[in-house]
Amino acid sequence: MQKETLLKEPVNLIITGVGGQGNILVSEIVAQTGCRQEWNVVVGESYGLSQRGGAVSSHVRLFQHQEYGPIIPIGEADVILGFEPLEAARQVVDYGHKNTCLIINSHPVYPIGVLRGKNKYPSLDLLFKKLREMVAEVLIIPATKLASQLGETVVQNVVMVGALAGSGCLPFRADTFIEVIKKVVPPKVRTLNEKAFYLGLEEAQKIKSLKSL
Amino acid sequence: MGWQDIVREEPGKQVLLNGNEAMARGALEAGVHFVSAYPGSPSSEVTGVLAQVSKNFNFYVEWSVNEIVALEGAAGASFAGLRALCTMKADGLNVAYDFLTSMNLGGCRGGLVLVVADDPFGHSSLKEYDSRFLAAAAWVPVLEPSTVQEARDMVKWAFALSEQIKGPVIVRSVTRISHSRGIVTLKAMKQMAQEADFKPTQQFHTFARFHQEVRERLKQVEELFAVSPFNFSFGPEKADLTVFTCGTGWLYTKEALFSLQLEDQIKIVRPGTPFPLPKQFILGHLSGTKKVVFIEETRPFLEEKVLALYALHSENLSQIKFYGKATGHVAGLRGPECGEMNTDIVREVLARLTGRPYHASAAPLTKEEKKSLQALLPPRDYVLCPGCPHRASFWVVKSALALEGNNGMVIGDIGCYSMGAMETGFNLFNTLHCMGASAGIANGLSKLQSYGFKQPVVAMVGDSTFYHAVIPALINGRWNKANYLCIVLDNGVTAMTGHQPHPGSGKNAVGEEAEVISIEEVAKSLGFMVKVSDPFRYTEAIHDVLKLIRMPGLKILILRQPCALVANREQKRRKVVVRQELCRGDACGCMRFCTRVWGCPANVWDKKHEVAAIDPAICVGCGVCIELCPAGAIVWEGND
Repeated sequence: MQKETLLKEPVNLIITGVGGQGNILVSEIVAQTGCRQEWNVVVGESYGLSQRGGAVSSHVRLFQHQEYGPIIPIGEADVILGFEPLEAARQVVDYGHKNTCLIINSHPVYPIGVLRGKNKYPSLDLLFKKLREMVAEVLIIPATKLASQLGETVVQNVVMVGALAGSGCLPFRADTFIEVIKKVVPPKVRTLNEKAFYLGLEEAQKIKSLKSL
Repeated sequence: MGWQDIVREEPGKQVLLNGNEAMARGALEAGVHFVSAYPGSPSSEVTGVLAQVSKNFNFYVEWSVNEIVALEGAAGASFAGLRALCTMKADGLNVAYDFLTSMNLGGCRGGLVLVVADDPFGHSSLKEYDSRFLAAAAWVPVLEPSTVQEARDMVKWAFALSEQIKGPVIVRSVTRISHSRGIVTLKAMKQMAQEADFKPTQQFHTFARFHQEVRERLKQVEELFAVSPFNFSFGPEKADLTVFTCGTGWLYTKEALFSLQLEDQIKIVRPGTPFPLPKQFILGHLSGTKKVVFIEETRPFLEEKVLALYALHSENLSQIKFYGKATGHVAGLRGPECGEMNTDIVREVLARLTGRPYHASAAPLTKEEKKSLQALLPPRDYVLCPGCPHRASFWVVKSALALEGNNGMVIGDIGCYSMGAMETGFNLFNTLHCMGASAGIANGLSKLQSYGFKQPVVAMVGDSTFYHAVIPALINGRWNKANYLCIVLDNGVTAMTGHQPHPGSGKNAVGEEAEVISIEEVAKSLGFMVKVSDPFRYTEAIHDVLKLIRMPGLKILILRQPCALVANREQKRRKVVVRQELCRGDACGCMRFCTRVWGCPANVWDKKHEVAAIDPAICVGCGVCIELCPAGAIVWEGND
């Protein structure tokens, strides 16, 4: 297998969303894919209480030379993969920089304060506009909608993995992702997850090609 | 995937493991025979994965009823010459502590290793804790890994160390070790075969006269630590500025030095054996330096030990200025002795001391940009899962107490349902402390009638908590004529920590069928009045709560409904929908009950039509909101 050189050392990726959206599975898929591509990987995850509807994030760091700790420093995330718009934006505040690539599932999960009428969820148009002004690249993926086409909204997370592969922001190969997905998901949902991956991949590629026109 | 990798027989193979899986692998490489634990984040997966693989190796694994029982079992195995592992979260060490301090005096035989996982910042805990202080107070040696691979190495070595010193050893993990993934190079696994033998002539006792022996044991440990490869330094041999760091601080410090390009000017000293402190190793590195920075989490353990050592040897050492948490120089957002360590904290203090500013390679966002984005973002509090039976139970208790009308108190306990102290649980709990505290506090409160306290008292405990710590408090209450209602929220599993089975689950750690220790049978055998209700049939449940509160004495109500996450895995979901033509919106008078009061994440508001809606991506089909909607607008699909 040809070993690709990382564009920088380390490459920092944040996977974020709401507890229960399948954050941990995706950080495992991304990390295992990094390993298969012969990079060194460290991942910091949060679970337990935070998996109960709170904001969750995993930090994945890829490197080739020196060893790194599991927490990305402030302002140093190169890619943010967000399963929920608000949580993606929250990570940008703390960890984003001008060249961050942002990939966001457009489906909101409303915080309880919003449901109770105490707080306001921002308009998605306004939020995305603001993010586009701040960082180098913003890809909006209707991942929950795409997943519902497969009859299972839970695989929105794997749609987002596909989008990460299709975005081209990291030198991950789609075939390596597929090898890992086949290994980490239970046999009976393998096909479903592969389909979800390709839906996300194609969606991201479509958006990218429209942009480059 | 981790569990498949931890059983690989391929020495030299590199695999990606999380810290807990790596520690499990360490136990396998050491040839562990006996594993026991009560689950608790962030420690649970050590025993969790060992339970998954135990059949491949034929060693014993159990989820125990609580941490002290777990440790006592592990000690039994050690007394019989076997290697035993006991894992727990920091809070669990408190529960096990009485036995630990006793057993440490008499010592043990087969390697006995405790993995204690602290949770700095309290990601999954109500408090953050530094177990090293408790370990030191108990005179138990501590190993503290800095990486996932080292976590494996230390657990493995801890067994040999324990056997050599004939006493228990603690491996102290933290969230960022246990719940980090990193690459581990596998080593060979040891053959397990070993006969258990405990000869009639052997004795393991606890007597105060053994303290001197334990002190001697610690001296022996210190000699072993003096030559341990777990204590090392990095960078220049002589440096004016030296960083002393333990645990996770090692990688954060390295990253900070590299990014400030200071790696040839600053020395890092990394003791992996913080207790007992390897004194000669530390003194050697104090000699010749002018400034010392301490990087550790959570509290200044290494710092205090090194400062005391310096005080004793100051006449042989030059003047040193110290910077750490005790001195207030090393601090995160929550202040010096609180919260997690990270690279930013280390970088900030080193940049300040060296006058070398940090320049990030990527252009940062401006303060104004961040501020204007932040202003758009509402906070996200924890919520009970969609379909969680606790939401219904809290609603039942809230409604019953409102109907009762005498400002009833709700005394909470530890589990997912600790969210009864948050908005998602209607801010119901008046108190929230530790496992089992609810029934104990309720005992006390209900005895205050002669002092004028006449409010009804309701204690709410989980099923796993009931077995873990509540039974003695209930016996106490019955014996002393306490007067309250104890509600057991029975969802069938230890949900918060990852759905481990408990004595009521009918299964044990390795998935075998097991005796169901019924909560109601236990309660009845103690002479309690017991009732079982379904929180999803909330009208009846409210009636039951009201009736029981009004009865004298200590009563038990079990609100039983399986954990929504488990139920969703096992049954096909029914779909819930809103008949929007029936929802009267703001004209209803219900004040948007489904979204604003009930607060299930699946109950959303359709802004366009100004009526209620269900988010099908979130709803799990529990159907409780169907009954709660006063307009009858929420229905099962097909009934619309």
